Amino acid sequence: MLSHSSMRTPLGRVRGLGSAKSGTGHFWLQRVTAVANLVLAIGFLCVVLSLIGKPHAAALATLAKPQVAILMLLFVVSGAVHMRIGMQVIIEDYVHHEVAKIVAVMANTFFAIAVGAACAFALLKISFGG
Amino acid sequence: MAEFNLPQNSRLTEGKAWPKPAGASKVTEFKIYRWDPDTGANPRTDTYYVDREDCGPMVLDALIWIKNKVDPTLTFRRSCREGICGSCAMNMDGKNGLACTTGIDECGGKDKVAIYPLPHMPVVKDLVPDLTRFYAQHASIEPWLKTTTPAPEKEWSQGREDREKLDGLYECILCACCSTSCPSYWWNGDRYLGPAALLQAYRWLIDSRDEATGERLDNLEDPFRLYRCHTIMNCANACPKGLNPAKAIAEVKKMMVARQL
Repeated sequence: MLSHSSMRTPLGRVRGLGSAKSGTGHFWLQRVTAVANLVLAIGFLCVVLSLIGKPHAAALATLAKPQVAILMLLFVVSGAVHMRIGMQVIIEDYVHHEVAKIVAVMANTFFAIAVGAACAFALLKISFGG
Repeated sequence: MAEFNLPQNSRLTEGKAWPKPAGASKVTEFKIYRWDPDTGANPRTDTYYVDREDCGPMVLDALIWIKNKVDPTLTFRRSCREGICGSCAMNMDGKNGLACTTGIDECGGKDKVAIYPLPHMPVVKDLVPDLTRFYAQHASIEPWLKTTTPAPEKEWSQGREDREKLDGLYECILCACCSTSCPSYWWNGDRYLGPAALLQAYRWLIDSRDEATGERLDNLEDPFRLYRCHTIMNCANACPKGLNPAKAIAEVKKMMVARQL
């Protein structure tokens, strides 16, 4: 944690704990998942549009097709990762209390994993007809 | 959390309205932020009326007119009065800029101009912000040529093309208009270096004579120091020299990715 001692020199305060030597991976992953989401979302929309007016059984049959299921799974994974790292940036921007920030970043990770796992499970269940 | 309310002792109150100049035909109203550390009172906005026939065209002219003719206690920084020293950076009608290069008529409010110190910085007095941390951030990027090769007898040479890469960067006068217009800098200014320091960092990163590029990138590679920039672009909008710090920061991010892929 940064010291806010008034006796510390301004340069000492700015240097703080030094560079984390990370952040680029996060930045790059955000761009990669953004591009992936753009492509996958188009596929997702096509599937949704093709299901308009169809009965429940037809929707299940479409989602059980390997090409559709794989597209949906990829969209869920890419979307959940993108959602998690995007939200983390927002938390880091606005939550300044150290404990609250750590709790929020952790909860955000759990939430993204839970949402991703639930969607993936539903897709797999439909695909494998369980 | 982000601050949406000012602390109790920073809340603005209505200040004094000074008399209108007698016999003036063209008058502009100035509402100016005032705060005196010696009184312990909350900041206030004083209202002044400037006789435009008797005053130059720039906001700085009006401030000097007020200080000379109405209220000598009004405190602000100024030096060159031609946009090269960066001293008179302040917030005029909601936009950061230099008072000496901003025309009174350029301010949006027609016959009214609101003037505040640069946003979200501690105030020393009236329109004078405390820029200590801002200067320390500039120092932290080590804005000087760093080389390991022994210095040549005459000078470090640089080709015309490489020199041109510094255009749009070296002109920065460190007035702090950009950094103090940046919401990321408002919320995380203690860890985010801000557009001015990062533009300067890039100025040294692409200097063909510098041998510490990798070390400089290491120093910047941090979720807060560099990656708090979300390309909001207020910096480019505010810069009185027409520079684009957001673009410089994007170039730094590209360098970060380039050395990993």
